Amino acid sequence: MQPLELVSELSAFLPTESVLYEGEDLRPYECDGLSAYRQTPMIVVLPQTEDEVIKILQICHRTKTPVVPRGAGTGLSGGALPHESGILLSLAKLKRILELDPASRTARVQPGVRNLAISEAAAPYGLYYAPDPSSQIACSIGGNVAENSGGVHCLKYGLTVHNILELRVITLSGEILEIGGSGLDASGYDLLALMTGSEGMLGIVTEIVVKLIPSAEKAQVVMAAFDDIREAGNAVANVIGAGIIPAGMEMMDRITTRAVEEYVHAGYNLEAAAILLCESDGTVEEVADEVLRIGEIMRQSGAIEIKTSRDESERLRFWAGRKAAFPAAGRVSPDYYCMDGTIPRKSLAFVLTGIERLSSEYGLRCMNVFHAGDGNLHPLILYDANQPGELQKTEEFGAKILEMCIDVGGTITGEHGVGIEKINQMCSQFTRHELEMFHSVKAAFDPSGLLNPGKAIPTLRRCAEHGAMHVHRGEEKFPDLPRF
Amino acid sequence: MQDVIDRLADTIRAAHPESPLCIRGGASKDFYGNCTPGRDNNLLDTRAYHGIVSYDPTELVVTARAGTRLIDLESELLANRQMLAFDPPHFTESATIGGCIAAGLSGPRRSSAGSVRDFVLGVRMMDGKGDDLHFGGQVMKNVAGYDVSRLMVGSMGTLGLLLEISLKVLPRPSVEMTVTLQMNESDAIERMNHWAGKPLPISATCFYNHTLMLRLSGAEPAVRAAHLKLGGERLEDGDAFWRSVRDQTHPFFQSNQFLWRLSIKSTTPQLSLPGQQLIEWGGSLRWLITDPDLPHEDVRKMSKAAGGHATLFRGCKPSMDAFHPLSPEMMLIHRRLKEKFDPLRILNPGRLFPEL
Ligand SMILES: Cc1cc2nc3c(=O)[nH]c(=O)nc-3n(C[C@H](O)[C@H](O)[C@H](O)COP(=O)(O)OP(=O)(O)OC[C@H]3O[C@@H](n4cnc5c(N)ncnc54)[C@H](O)[C@@H]3O)c2cc1C
Repeated sequence: MQPLELVSELSAFLPTESVLYEGEDLRPYECDGLSAYRQTPMIVVLPQTEDEVIKILQICHRTKTPVVPRGAGTGLSGGALPHESGILLSLAKLKRILELDPASRTARVQPGVRNLAISEAAAPYGLYYAPDPSSQIACSIGGNVAENSGGVHCLKYGLTVHNILELRVITLSGEILEIGGSGLDASGYDLLALMTGSEGMLGIVTEIVVKLIPSAEKAQVVMAAFDDIREAGNAVANVIGAGIIPAGMEMMDRITTRAVEEYVHAGYNLEAAAILLCESDGTVEEVADEVLRIGEIMRQSGAIEIKTSRDESERLRFWAGRKAAFPAAGRVSPDYYCMDGTIPRKSLAFVLTGIERLSSEYGLRCMNVFHAGDGNLHPLILYDANQPGELQKTEEFGAKILEMCIDVGGTITGEHGVGIEKINQMCSQFTRHELEMFHSVKAAFDPSGLLNPGKAIPTLRRCAEHGAMHVHRGEEKFPDLPRF
Repeated sequence: MQDVIDRLADTIRAAHPESPLCIRGGASKDFYGNCTPGRDNNLLDTRAYHGIVSYDPTELVVTARAGTRLIDLESELLANRQMLAFDPPHFTESATIGGCIAAGLSGPRRSSAGSVRDFVLGVRMMDGKGDDLHFGGQVMKNVAGYDVSRLMVGSMGTLGLLLEISLKVLPRPSVEMTVTLQMNESDAIERMNHWAGKPLPISATCFYNHTLMLRLSGAEPAVRAAHLKLGGERLEDGDAFWRSVRDQTHPFFQSNQFLWRLSIKSTTPQLSLPGQQLIEWGGSLRWLITDPDLPHEDVRKMSKAAGGHATLFRGCKPSMDAFHPLSPEMMLIHRRLKEKFDPLRILNPGRLFPEL
């Protein structure tokens, strides 16, 4: 259908300001948090009700128009990258907290609600929503569901998938699916888990019931400095090995601490090769006990300096630098590229050393600031997009890091999703049959294939064309497809 | 072990829709799910594929073959002071980890620690075409591709044969204490919900016969402090009590009537249904022993109204549905998934829903 015909169909039930189709109006929607990829959408729609969402999808279904859902656009893998001849469906205006029930410790919210807004609304009841991505002041809960987002405290409290109970989902053909329930499980297949992390490929999430948990009585953070990054990596494994699950365990290397210290004055040891921030929370008694044990393990693991936060303001100051790491990267370099592999904790030292080596090989600086307790790496490669060839070099460096993650038994994405960014690496992580199964799952929800096309799961053809296919678990991939 | 896999694949590839396969591990949950006639004729026994593939305590991850017995797996974990925190029911000693994942049942610790699917990190499975597939992995966070491994949990073997499962494990709490408090049912429901909103180390709850049982778990000083706060009399052998609830050897479950499992909103007030009830999971799980003549509709409707669903847990007959019926929209998705994973309908057909 012609764009203007679509616009007039949409305008029949949406207010003028909710249907955008002219140059300047479309600009803010060209990319998500992965700004290296840009595409102007044909039309942007901003529905305010679920009913409007359904009508929009029915039109798209009938006219075979591709649809790309978008939350707050903070995604880092290009999942919300528009389609040139499609509709970008922003859920940003569905932003009401519909119900907050302190007794059952749940909140029913619309997808455009900001992650942090939920915890703010729950705070008067001594409750909060646990998953806390660093982007939590901006990112939407709908986007969190689509990416299965995590955060600093997910080591102990779980990812998005562990903290939601119920979803309302609209399929591309406009049907309503009620998934999950108010109990702790539901009848039939676990579609709640399947939807979580599905990157807007299976349906549009229009309502979410999240779990709220009681705020801890007390939290304290142990900051340990190491003069060898391998020792820091091993300390992480030692804490877990001792039977402690800290509320969070994050690592920052020297170039990161130096980049942030200037702004936050957290008191980081700037000579140390790496520092660990290890938080304990719980009852007063639990925390007192755990902090002592963590300190002792850090010492035995070779820490050169250990500080324990004495009060809440010091605790927040220790964390401030961790939270400021991304903006700091933006200040020390014109551009940065955030990677997101997960590896077994025991391989931390090995992979970090490997990244160091690659960094000097490529002549690109790399900051490491990440969820160490989960083995979830976030190398930030610093580059300058205005230098010809530097983005390409950066992407190559990044791809090498991801292959290293696969080699040690890890994965190419821990929490940022595949989107458009890691679609080629999917060919390295999965076999042909596995990818086919993913396409089948997609088809079960969206037989038309109009929802977020071209993302998350590569076509078999694409994998054949992508040179990086390697022999995986002893079998050759796509043996019957032509090589290019 | 590859020879075992090859044999399993041969069996699957040779199967016909007229004589479908019944996947079975330790037969501990034979009673569970729809009762499908003739299911003993074509057994696909998983027990030959057993043993722990890898276990590294500092990674908090164990990978086991589907036919591994739960007791063997758990005793290996216990030796390292770790556990399957979702506390799976065994019912019998023969229970396997494959059956545990396929049935998707969790025990008393579930309300505080999380469910089976919360701990599944990855699976190796065989679909209805005999293809050997890996989903997820051995790391804590993984969003590459759809979460097929968690989809397998509770699918009752209708989507594929589980071969290997990677699970997150947790350290055992250093101290556990069970206390008993006397009160009526509505007070118990109110108290359990109230306490769940407070930072207290409560790891399991059970109300039956005017008695609320609480298990406190964690560091010794924390457990002691919580006991002071909550009061209650200490129960000597707490472990044995929670095991009896988990494996349904507790006197409440000794009955020839129907056993219903109602999974509902935790704050739901006392349910007025004829029969006896036992409450777990802070009010979210209500077990009901009742007369087989009680109309199913009543139980289903009441659970639905309470935001949840009801399963006829024990007592199912060929003409009855064990699981709560789905909406037509949801059934459509289920049917399409089944068609993709098991196009010939040769894996446990009918065990979950007659349509699958
Ligand atoms: C500075 C910074 C720090 C970050 N830190 C973290 C972190 O610590 N942990 C982490 O996990 N992530 C982090 N992220 C990534 C990002 O914030 C998360 O992925 C977040 O969940 C995306 O939410 P969003 O609302 O911005 O979604 P968008 O970027 O708008 O969309 C993300 C994906 O979800 C789909 N989608 C959005 N809404 C819906 C819906 N209602 N229904 C169906 N599909 C939908 C989109 O199509 C797209 O595929 C960070 C990003 C930035 C920029």
